[in-house]
Amino acid sequence: MSSIGTGYDLAASTFSPDGRIFQIEYAQKAVDNGGTMVALRGKNGVVIAVDKVITSKLYIDDANPRMFNCNDNVGMAIAGVYPDGFALKDYACGEAIKWLKEYREPMSVQKLATSVAEYIHIFTLGISRPFGASAFFSAWDKKKGGRLFLVEPSGLNYEYKAWAVGKHRQAAKAEIEKLKLDQLDVQDLVREAARIIIAIRDENKDKDVQIEMGWVGENTNGKHEVVPDDVLSAAEDWANAKLEEDDMEE
Amino acid sequence: MDTMRDDQKEAIPALGFYPHVDISTGTTLIAMEYNGGVVVGTDSRTSAGSFITSRATNKITPITDTMVVCRSGSAADTQCIADIAKYHIEVYTMLENEPLTIYRASQIFRQFLYNYRDSLSASVLVAGWDAKEGGQLYALPIGGFVTRQRSTASGSGSTFVQGFLDSQWRPNLTLNECKAIVKQAVGLAVFRDGSSGGVVRLATIDANGTSMELYRPDKPGFPVVKPPSAHLSFPPHVEQTPV
Repeated sequence: MSSIGTGYDLAASTFSPDGRIFQIEYAQKAVDNGGTMVALRGKNGVVIAVDKVITSKLYIDDANPRMFNCNDNVGMAIAGVYPDGFALKDYACGEAIKWLKEYREPMSVQKLATSVAEYIHIFTLGISRPFGASAFFSAWDKKKGGRLFLVEPSGLNYEYKAWAVGKHRQAAKAEIEKLKLDQLDVQDLVREAARIIIAIRDENKDKDVQIEMGWVGENTNGKHEVVPDDVLSAAEDWANAKLEEDDMEE
Repeated sequence: MDTMRDDQKEAIPALGFYPHVDISTGTTLIAMEYNGGVVVGTDSRTSAGSFITSRATNKITPITDTMVVCRSGSAADTQCIADIAKYHIEVYTMLENEPLTIYRASQIFRQFLYNYRDSLSASVLVAGWDAKEGGQLYALPIGGFVTRQRSTASGSGSTFVQGFLDSQWRPNLTLNECKAIVKQAVGLAVFRDGSSGGVVRLATIDANGTSMELYRPDKPGFPVVKPPSAHLSFPPHVEQTPV
């Protein structure tokens, strides 16, 4: 308790003298240290991919998923501390159901993201500790096209063309910037997302990992789905071949 | 609706008890979509039993620039629901920073009509224009059932003109055609329905907003109804002169 914080990090309601809230920065670190999550918006859809860390070989296949549906149209991907993200997902699903009950129409992705961001803010400041999790929200429809939001532990909520969070986010963002996103369709996005995830892995450290993806776009008729296993493994095969090819050229 | 028992209906001045009759809009409401929006038309009668409380009521209540609600049933209930729903719609419009869809508004009306269905006697038509779906028309009868209609009539006068509307509606009506049908329908209903009457009010809602029109029976433009006249030679033993 000598160097960092020095007493200003005991509550999320306390500012440090230079205007920072340490508790929220620590919560953000929990996301930054988690498995890399990449979100891409292409010309006719949105794909979110995560390099899920498998903490034990004894877990059943596809345990602890990070891709969810808030309703048929809106996908939610949680990065960071799992139980915190899961609680956010439960809240978001509750909000979506409430909206459907009151207005008999599906809640929009923007309204969901806004409502979760508001909840995070209130919960952090007035109720308990910050959430050690971030959430991507994705949706696609014919009129508005693809939409992608990220809600952070601070309650910050921005819409993105593409973004990455977690361990290797900087490398991932560097790769994303090289893509011509508005020319890629959903199938391309799946392949590119797989390539980026695999390319930025740390061969020595990231061993027990598994890629999980969610997609929503023209191909799914605006419904968010977890990307099927065969599509995913085909994308991984393509990515591995592509990376090998790139290595050969060098 | 009158729910008082018969034996309670006598006034007892000594006790200060005077039974009252509900003030209601025994009404004709007509609404119809056309190719750029929606037209609604109403009569203007408000009555308490056989007494006409108001002969120039406006039953078309504006909610936003591009949405109206036409009210029928208890005048008090529907005015109150319209005010409350309008307040909710305004709040959501501010919170969400964009105009609500007509569908959303109809669902907000539904919540009140359904949740308080046992204590309300209110039935409304929600009509308007939004960027998403264009001109729309939602019918909410007593109880909170919602349907989207292309053409509908409600209120006590509606039974007299439902067939007329069915025969007149067709896809892609122009504004003037639609207005003529709606006005004529209100005229026909008012002619046959004892609980409807007064003036005819029309509202046209499109992308540019709402415009209201008024047709008085003593001025040109009021819908004409010419029913076949009865045989004046009946009964034969009474001498009658044609009017």
